[in-house]
Amino acid sequence: MATAVTAVPWLRTEEQDKTVFRTCPATGLKVDVAAERLIIANAVAAVVFLLIGGVYALLMSLTRWQAVHLLPANWFYRSLTAHGFDMLVAWIVFFEVAGLYFGGAIMLNARLVQPRLAWLAFALMLTGALMVNVIVLMGEADVAFTAYVPLKAHPTFYLGYILFAVGALLAVGLFFATWVVARAERRYTGSVPLVVYGLLTAGVLAVYTVISGAIAFIPAFFWSLGWMETYDAGFYRNLFWGFGHPAQQVNLAAMVSVWYLLAAITTGAKPLNEKFSRLAFVLYLLFINLGSVHHLLVDPGLSFAYKVTNTSYGMYLAVLGSLIHAFSIPAAFEVALRRQGYSRGLFEWLRKAPWREPGFAALALSLILFGWMGGVTGVTIGTEQLNLAVHNTLRVPGHFHATVVSGTTLAFMGLTYYVIPLIFRRELKLKSWATLQPYVFGGGMALVSIGMIASGILGAPRRHWDVTFAQAPFQVALPGTIHLTLAIFGIGALIAIVGGAMYLTVVLASVFLGKRQEASQLQLVVVPAPMVAGNGHAGEADAENHDSGPYAPRGTFIIVLVFLAFFATYYLANWWLLGRLWGVG
Amino acid sequence: MIAPPAVWWRPLGRYERSWLTIALVWCLFLTAMMPLWFFLGRQNVPATSYRVAPAHYQKLVTDFAQKYQVGTENDLPIVAPPPGDVYLLAKAWQWYPVLKLKKGETYRLHLSSVDFQHGFSLQPINLNLMALPGYDYVIRLTPTSSGEFSLICNEYCFIGHHLMTGKLVVTD
Repeated sequence: MATAVTAVPWLRTEEQDKTVFRTCPATGLKVDVAAERLIIANAVAAVVFLLIGGVYALLMSLTRWQAVHLLPANWFYRSLTAHGFDMLVAWIVFFEVAGLYFGGAIMLNARLVQPRLAWLAFALMLTGALMVNVIVLMGEADVAFTAYVPLKAHPTFYLGYILFAVGALLAVGLFFATWVVARAERRYTGSVPLVVYGLLTAGVLAVYTVISGAIAFIPAFFWSLGWMETYDAGFYRNLFWGFGHPAQQVNLAAMVSVWYLLAAITTGAKPLNEKFSRLAFVLYLLFINLGSVHHLLVDPGLSFAYKVTNTSYGMYLAVLGSLIHAFSIPAAFEVALRRQGYSRGLFEWLRKAPWREPGFAALALSLILFGWMGGVTGVTIGTEQLNLAVHNTLRVPGHFHATVVSGTTLAFMGLTYYVIPLIFRRELKLKSWATLQPYVFGGGMALVSIGMIASGILGAPRRHWDVTFAQAPFQVALPGTIHLTLAIFGIGALIAIVGGAMYLTVVLASVFLGKRQEASQLQLVVVPAPMVAGNGHAGEADAENHDSGPYAPRGTFIIVLVFLAFFATYYLANWWLLGRLWGVG
Repeated sequence: MIAPPAVWWRPLGRYERSWLTIALVWCLFLTAMMPLWFFLGRQNVPATSYRVAPAHYQKLVTDFAQKYQVGTENDLPIVAPPPGDVYLLAKAWQWYPVLKLKKGETYRLHLSSVDFQHGFSLQPINLNLMALPGYDYVIRLTPTSSGEFSLICNEYCFIGHHLMTGKLVVTD
């Protein structure tokens, strides 16, 4: 079979391969050193943009907290634009590119194809991100993250977005190429691990996302240069959200992959049924990008059938995917913990879970906040008619701060603590801070989302400098309670920013001051007890089912039923509220 | 590191099957709610819209305001039209004109913008719709409570966004 491999010019046999590998002592994985450098570069860029975006977050939350009202109007809207780009695009996508190189090369014991092109992708993304940041700071692009046509920004703004997108597309392409080559060169056997499968899902969604973004931004670039007379507002919205919302679905698929990874690292969990979990990713692949219409539900020009088909992801089949993960991830670590001997009653495993291990704390809080707050509110406000009472109020950012920040960002933060010993090969400093950080950040963000959602229910608009309307011609009397709910949001934001600063401190201290050393184990604080029955890691012995006996995931089953009851209550309460509105149709 | 077992295509366990069934039923219920409300509910998203040139829309609104004007407030006409077609125009940073409607009557409220994208947000009712330039969005609106209501803009429309407020009056 070796001849068949060499017959293809771009495949390499072991003798031909000049790639430099090192073997990781903690995992036994072969690590491509070139891929490792790229992972470091992308992760560092991600963290830098998280820092910049975090500074804007601080300034903005202190402005929306009406009692403080820090920034003047123009700087508020400027910060809003930069915060949206730096967080939703730069921080997350740089981190995801690092994740893709990790999943594509290192987890498959493979080499990253064309590291030079990967550096080009990095340079394009960095250039694009800097262009957007500079032009926004210069006050030439006060158009918010969405840049809704006909609000016009300086051409540099659109060009920055486009360069970033081209770089990201190149990185995703290299990830796919790395996987194809790894398979052809037989760097791994059997199916790819579930985590890589999830990252492949994210990669496919990313291709769709970036192409839609290009179709939205390239005409906008031409229009801002004056090469195009007009650009239809409704058309732009459709295309922009084909980029803006699916970009968050890329985050979702990447985050769920990270959840499986963190569960494996911190508790030795492995998926109960690979078929079940992979089915959920396939449902994402097929249906989730329809959700971009969530942003267009109260737009003119679109029919009921179009809105309903898309906003429901077909038949909520992408939601079914998320509900599957909502069961299968906690069930996986429940079974792992029960096998470590914590099998009494329904919830002993939950009490004895490694709550002091930063990766587990980040996983658990990310899972709870994403599902109970982000997921439930997202499905509710994405319901066509319910959106009448929600669109563009603070409930919308309340929802996506629960998903993208409490969910994705927190999961990525948790993962970083393991990347430092494994990839940066530095000792993790300030471990007690790392233990505490997910709770501080997650707690703060929970208050942020609650404050925003409550303010939105009371009518407070999003992206708004002054909800007292002090300088406006007509006085507007929003309920006085919004001052309380906005204060909850502001205080939550301060706590979350402390959590963010703790994260940055731990990361920077470890990278610059940590002892250079090889990781000897995966866990940082709590080492799981040995499994009582069978081994948590891959093996045929685990093909047994968990229908009954002491290791059955009974606790998780109760938890998901309670979750569904909460979901149904929130959802139906919203229909009740809608029914009290004026007649509209 | 966490390679799957060689054969992972296995039947689902009891808990997985039960949860999948429950979750699927919930998803079907979520799907059914929107068509059900479409036929049975009184609050639906308007689906009638026309293409309109901003200049033409501006003229429609001005003519409408002159025809039914009953007063002035903050330099804006107060307009009290009979049930039927009524017009509202969004521009940076104003809602034009001030509408005076009757409780229980049904109006065809036309909504459009002549410059940027704006967000029609009626408070404290909390009813929100998009106003886009080039689109005449027709909303069948039936006020069911009376009093003075505020219009705010909840789509960012450049740096005077927070100044964009208006008024809508409903009489018994």
